[in-house]
Formats: sequence, C-alpha cells, structure tokens
Amino acid sequence: MSAASLSLKADDSETGAPLLPASPASPAKPTESHMTSAAPVVASKPAPKNLAEPLGRAMRIILPPVLGFALLLGIWAIVAMTTKGIPGPLAVWQAAASLFADPFYSNGPNDQGIGWNILSSLKRVGIGFGFAAAVGIPLGFLIGRFRFLNAALDPIISLLRPVSPLAWLPIGLLVFKRADPAATWTIFICSIWPMILNTAQGVQRVPQDYMNVARVLNLSEWKILTKILFPSVLPYMLTGIRLSIGTAWLVIVAAEMLTGGVGIGFWVWDEWNNLKVEHIIIAIFVIGLVGLLLEQALLLIARKFSHDSNS
Amino acid sequence: MKPLVQIQNVGMSFETKKGRFVALRDINLQINEGEVVSLIGHSGCGKSTLLNLIAGLTLPTDGALICNGREIAGPGPERAVVFQNHSLLPWLTCFDNVYLGVERVFGQKEGKDKLRARTQAAIEMVHMGHAATKYPGEISGGMKQRIGIARAFAMEPKILLMDEPFGALDALTRAALQDELIGVMQKTGATVVMVTHDVDEAVLLSDRVVMLTNGPAATIGEILDVRLDKPRDRLTLATDAEYTRCRAAIIEFLYQKQVRKAA
Repeated sequence: MSAASLSLKADDSETGAPLLPASPASPAKPTESHMTSAAPVVASKPAPKNLAEPLGRAMRIILPPVLGFALLLGIWAIVAMTTKGIPGPLAVWQAAASLFADPFYSNGPNDQGIGWNILSSLKRVGIGFGFAAAVGIPLGFLIGRFRFLNAALDPIISLLRPVSPLAWLPIGLLVFKRADPAATWTIFICSIWPMILNTAQGVQRVPQDYMNVARVLNLSEWKILTKILFPSVLPYMLTGIRLSIGTAWLVIVAAEMLTGGVGIGFWVWDEWNNLKVEHIIIAIFVIGLVGLLLEQALLLIARKFSHDSNS
Repeated sequence: MKPLVQIQNVGMSFETKKGRFVALRDINLQINEGEVVSLIGHSGCGKSTLLNLIAGLTLPTDGALICNGREIAGPGPERAVVFQNHSLLPWLTCFDNVYLGVERVFGQKEGKDKLRARTQAAIEMVHMGHAATKYPGEISGGMKQRIGIARAFAMEPKILLMDEPFGALDALTRAALQDELIGVMQKTGATVVMVTHDVDEAVLLSDRVVMLTNGPAATIGEILDVRLDKPRDRLTLATDAEYTRCRAAIIEFLYQKQVRKAA
C-alpha cells in the first residue's frame, strides 16, 4: 500500500503537476502572525518544558540500564559481604585501577600485562577465524549451489556441529605438537560451522527472480557470482561471521585455560592459582566488554551492507 | 510481415503429487516482426506459462517453439523479459542494472564509452535520466518498472516479453507507463508479447489480442485483431467505435464464454 502511494507521489513530482498544493496561502498567514506576536510571551513559558521533553526521553533511555547495573552492584556487594573470599565492588575497582595503570608490561612469558593477554587472545581468535572464513565461505557457496554436495556433507556437518570445540583440542595438540596452534585450531573448528551453514543458506535463498534475470541476460558464471550471488549472500555471510566471532570469543577462554601461554583465558586460570579473585572478576568484565565490542562492530558492518531486497 | 516466433502444437504439463497436470495444450500461434500481441485470460489460465515458454525459462513438454528460425532451447538476451516485479538488483544503481544487460549483449563488439552511451540513452528514453545514479530502493514502483523496461529495450532484443508489466502499479501510474510504452514501441518498432489481465491495456497497446480459455488444459480461444491506427491516444480512443468493439469482444469472451469458476 505504502509503495503504491509513494509511486503516485513520485510520478506527480516527475510530471511537475502539483497535485497537492501546500495548504492555501491565505489561512497560513494569520497563524504565522499569531505565532510571531505571541512568541515573546510563549517563549518564556514553554522553555523549561521544551528542555524537559528531551531530558525526560534521555532519562527513559538511560535510567533502566543504570538501575540494572546498580542492582547488580548491590547484589554483588551483599554477596561479597556475606561470602568469604569474594571481593566487593570497591576492592575490584581499586585492583582494576592499578591493573590498567600499566596494561602492557612484560616480565617474561608467565607475567604480562592484561593488555598483552587480551591482544594475544584476539590474535588467536583472528587467525582461527580467518582460516575458518577462508575454508567455510567457499564451502558454503559450493554446498548452497550444488545439491549433491549439500546431500553429501549435510549429515557430516549435522554430526560434528554439536560437538564442543574443546573436544577437538587433543587432536590439535597431537597434530600441531604445540599448545598455541592447538588453541587456534579449536577456534577454527567452532567458527567454521556457522560460516558454512549461513553462507549455504544465503545461496539457497537467492530470489529466483534474480536468477531468472541472470538466465535471460545469459550472464557468465563469473558475472552471476560477482553481480548476483555474492551481493545477495553477503548479509547471510555477515550473520555467519557474527555468530562465529561470538562463539570463538566464548571458546578461546576455555581453550586457553587448558593450553596455557599468554591469553585472557590463561590469565584467569593463573589468577585463580594466585587466588587473586578480584582479577578474575575484572577478567569477566573485560571478556564481556570485548565480546560486546566485537558483536557491535560486526552489526555495524552488516547494517552497511544490508539492502532491502523487497523494495 | 515476417514471422518471428512460431509456436507449434505446444503443450505444457507438470508432474505433481496428484499426477500429471496439463497447463497448456495445442497452442498454435505466429508472431510477426513488429507486432504487439497481448495474452489475456483469467488468472491461472497459463498465460504466464506461455510467456515463459517463449522466453525459454521453461521448455515445453509437447510441440516446439521457434524464434528467428531456431528452436528455443533456453533463455537469451534476444528475447528480453520485463518481469512483473521489475527484478532490479537492489545492490546496483539504476544505471548499472541497465548496463549489466547492455554489457552482456554489446560488450564484445563495442567499447566502454559506447556501452555507457547506450545505457544512458535507454534510461533517458523512459525519462529516468535524473535517477540513473539512484538505487532501486530509493525510487518508486513505477520508476523501477521504467528502469526494467529500459533494461529490456537497451539490449535491443528481437522480441520483448512482458509479464503483467504494470500489474503491481496503481491505476494512475499504470496509465502513465502505458503511454510511455506506446512512445517507446513507436520509436523502436519493437515486437512485443505481453501478458495482461487488463482489457483496456490489451486493446490500447496491441495489434492482436490472444484470448486463452480457462485452465487446466488451456488453449487459445479466440484471436482479436485490433484495427486502430498508431500511435494511439487514450483520450480519443475512449469514444472510438473500433475500440469499443474490441473491448466488448474481449469482455464477452472473458465473462460470458469463459466464465471463471468460483475460486
């Protein structure tokens, strides 16, 4: 309905026929003069109201999350007071302040600043995820395009997908002989499934209309891939990437706890061994924050590449 | 007049769960060069199926279709299609949408400048020069269909196939686009086959109106010759005796001879 009315308006403007003249000029004038004459009187009164309006809206947006965090801090403080060994918000805040005063120090492989730990975790995720994208996206395209491959690989994927990526860690240790690539390997495994499945689904859901256009224009396979399939699948691919990154960030903490080295997961375990519980709580917040930023960044990219195909 | 498309004893049936469904049978039709032919009939009578057969998007189960002396074995740019829902690629600008077809047809013989000039000319022919750099999502439904028509004409097809090209548009926009199409057809002398369910549209635009009987197993019921001079003007036609005769003949066919069963 809205599309029809839209097109009507647009076509009118095109022919230059003003079908809907803006409200007649004569009645517009009195209201205008009324406005100007009343302005000095009116302006002083509704000014606080005008200011209160956006302020109220801002409060409605900001207040609930602030209250939520306050509640969290409150519960945490109560738990900390009643439970031995759990530091309260203030203690954690002080620990964080000293921790983040120098995030990039390095005293040998087992004692590095939190900045280095986060960066090396992100590096592992990046490498594992990159390999997964390099394998998963083309594989997804093939599975989506060729029914035979889909039928052949679907049962395998269905079988392996529910397996925790950590179960693959020993295989990684066995093959790569070192802890670091083994952790990257688990990231690869957990990232690849959403990438394959979403890409394949995107390819299968390319609207038949677009494929008909390709057939009528008799486009080459390369043109079909670059001009129709890829742009059409891109939003699905980005969803796959977002899910992959999310899972990868979940898994890296667990993987690093098992493999050791430098990394936020290992750091959590190390601080547990040192019984620095406030550092563990800091790590929880840091991991959450990094995950949130990754997710938001990818959502931002996805929004940029989304196109309303139904319009 | 040279026959451009010959449809010989064509039948189309589909295998369904309930068995064989015959959509079309015994279709014989010849479309001459420069002719504008409308296919009209109640919905579900297989008029779009027939158009898809000419396009080569589907192949007939019986009989044969011949275009320009060759059997139609698949779709190709010599038989351009204007789809009902315009089917513009939303990630390409209007210009690039048209260019995609132009490049495919003329890319091997002509340079980039020539291709761009062709694209621009086609877009200006449908009076969309101002929107060439816009994306389909940014323009109205009527404008999108103009670009769809420009894309088809820009390929200089032997025959232009239109599947209810204005079906999704409101009445005023539809009239504007019909007039536009009359102008473009006049300029290019194109051969056109158009599916429609609009009686006035069929009479206004065509040289012949092919009326299909109700499905299943639909076939050609009657063919009406529209003997009106071109270019046609909807205002003067409204009171024209021939126009009224054609209109009456189609309405009689659709609502008396081929009464549609209650859906």
